[in-house]
Amino acid sequence: MKALTFSGGVHPSGEKELTCNQDVKVMPPPKMVVIPLLQHTGASCESLVQKGDKVKKGQKIGESRALITAPVHATISGGVKEVRLYNHPLGNKGLAVIIESDGFDQWADDIKRDDNFFRLLPQEIRDKVRDKGVVGLGGAAFPTSVKLTPPADKEINTIIINGCECEPYLTCDHRLLLENYREIIEGLKIIMRLLDVGKGIIAIEDNKLDAIKLLSAVIKMEPNIEVAIVKTKYPQGAEKQLIKALLGCEVPAGKLPFEVGVVVDNVGTAVAIYEALRDNKPLIERIITVTGSGIKEPQNIKVRIGTLFSDIVVFCGGLQGDIAKVIMGGPMMGIAQYTLDVPIIKGTSGILVLTAQDTFAVPAGPCIRCAKCIESCPMDLTPYLYGLYGRMQDYESMGKYDVADCIECGVCAYGCPAKIPLVQYAKWSKMEIAQAKKKKIEKKDKDIK
Amino acid sequence: MVPYIVSTSPHLKIRETISAVMRDVLIALIPAVAAAVYFFGRRALWVILISMASAIAAEFISEKIMKREVTVSDGSAAITGLLLAMVCPPGIPLWIIAIGAAVSIVLGKQVFGGLGYNPFNPALIGRAVLMASWPVAMTTWVTPFDAITTATPLAIAKFNLAQPLPSYWNLFIGNRAGSLGETSALALLLGAAYLLYKKQISWHLPVSFIAAVGLLSSIIGKDPLFNILAGGLILGAFFMATDMVTSPMTGQGKIIFGCGGGILTILIRYKGGFPEGVCYSILIFNMLTPLIDKYTRPQKFGVK
Ligand code: SF4
Ligand code: SF4
Repeated sequence: MKALTFSGGVHPSGEKELTCNQDVKVMPPPKMVVIPLLQHTGASCESLVQKGDKVKKGQKIGESRALITAPVHATISGGVKEVRLYNHPLGNKGLAVIIESDGFDQWADDIKRDDNFFRLLPQEIRDKVRDKGVVGLGGAAFPTSVKLTPPADKEINTIIINGCECEPYLTCDHRLLLENYREIIEGLKIIMRLLDVGKGIIAIEDNKLDAIKLLSAVIKMEPNIEVAIVKTKYPQGAEKQLIKALLGCEVPAGKLPFEVGVVVDNVGTAVAIYEALRDNKPLIERIITVTGSGIKEPQNIKVRIGTLFSDIVVFCGGLQGDIAKVIMGGPMMGIAQYTLDVPIIKGTSGILVLTAQDTFAVPAGPCIRCAKCIESCPMDLTPYLYGLYGRMQDYESMGKYDVADCIECGVCAYGCPAKIPLVQYAKWSKMEIAQAKKKKIEKKDKDIK
Repeated sequence: MVPYIVSTSPHLKIRETISAVMRDVLIALIPAVAAAVYFFGRRALWVILISMASAIAAEFISEKIMKREVTVSDGSAAITGLLLAMVCPPGIPLWIIAIGAAVSIVLGKQVFGGLGYNPFNPALIGRAVLMASWPVAMTTWVTPFDAITTATPLAIAKFNLAQPLPSYWNLFIGNRAGSLGETSALALLLGAAYLLYKKQISWHLPVSFIAAVGLLSSIIGKDPLFNILAGGLILGAFFMATDMVTSPMTGQGKIIFGCGGGILTILIRYKGGFPEGVCYSILIFNMLTPLIDKYTRPQKFGVK
């Protein structure tokens, strides 16, 4: 079978051998967890607990009434030490519930296995997925229940389970494919039944041959599910690029995959959906890749949400070498941290520690118009213009040149010989544009009053 | 607590820098330099060295004066100097080439803001200025090896001079009169192959440029192969027009530039006053590049 792909993209070195051949290890629950009330794309939760409360593992501790949101749960049993602002891995600080372990690691009472889960009605499934705090585990952490609720006028015909894992260094999805393939397939089947869809595709990049072989063998009995091999290329796992590769159609600019009848979920999300229904288990832990030349024992670990980076680093043998960067996520889209005193959240796919030798700090030069950024941009944009206008802080022009369509994949800045921070400019301008819009609306409101 | 570096993603970048791009171009010009020295002797080497030295010095001094960061180490000034030498006659007085190189850098590049901001190919600006200022020195050609004054093949053909035209083979290997670095198609193509292999240039512009020249000359009943080999086309198409800063960015735009440049070249050769038109064609299309870029911007994902 020929590997499918999209146009554009780059081929950074994978660096996956560091971790891809070891079984996932379970990290024992830490003495303390810090659980941010905002871990997803959408509205922040409000705390349901107070200082001094006793909580059990899996107990809901944060909830919101907003439409796009997901509750958060206690990930260990113990006492609430404090609810306060804490370092947030997405930057700045965010309100978080700090829980100190009582050492018992006791489940909340309502968390029991339900072998009749397949009898649940569609709305019950959605409610449960929401109630258990399931969000997309590929990185953006979009609430899964929203993703499973297509608008009434859109007919869904394909479910794609995303096992591409195109970010270099990360191998947690690879391990999941190998170790939890049953749950992945069950999760996919639940989504297919829920949305009444007859076609499910599990997409895997062709650098994970063992996973492709294994999954292809086990889905032999499943007539409606196929394994699709896609080329190892970054960003093959980006939703729109994956749909293009598999189905040949382009999701219209500014629209969601619903538009072309597709729902895409990450492999980890499929497992989380399955566990939420069968075990009534909230999203309290996940598998992350702890890797990079600055980590003594790179490996994949199953870890409780809210565990601090510092505890995880200790579990993985500690740091080594001349540490330059600590990144949450992969090297292409991950977020650099300035401290290890920060918790992992639902969307954390890995902790990457790079040493001075890995990073390559050259000051930005002038754009020599080499067009590498244009050729490789998976959204077919003209990133060099973001450098040009970004330097002049002309965010309006950047808006005109479709910065809103930029998926911040990092491909342009990765390949730029002039080392221009194109993604930084794109992110800035999006924020500026959003703020300008907000101001405009506020002004209008005032004028009306 | 250790302060880790906090910067925006991506945290990985290719190691290639601007100077690596320029180094590839310099490497690609080595065969042509060797051919120039073989056919026109040590004199050619002097012209090249003086031109490069003058370009580098001009870059250094003007950046010092304008209090800009000194960027001689990126290699772009060296390339400008080398390219200018290649489009001048081998017998050009050394002081003239020195002035030309300085003009290329200062008027062709630095006044616009330095590398990346120049609308025209700096080396061709230098050549145009020299042509206007010292037309005789710039059109005094010599034969290979014995350096006897002669005319270029294009001039022989254009003005029906009573001189034999070189054979295709001699045109191909460079055994003919002409600008210092333009004569050997063989050497130039070797370098071009290297640039293509290294992906520093794409085929679009040079191939369409050369194809347009070939096609149009056969349409108007002239010898296409002669028109491709006899002048500065190969050098211009592969090394001048492909200058990233001054040529369109998309494949489509490059083809427009190439076809337009090719057509203009033939028009100048047969309808204009000069026997050769590659230099001016490229300069004119340098000027049109922003416009071409504007109209060939890629269609963004999701609107097709
Ligand atoms: S890759 Fe960098 S140097 Fe090349 S065109 Fe894009 S912004 Fe300019
Ligand atoms: S402009 Fe945006 S979408 Fe295009 S390569 Fe750069 S980061 Fe990716």
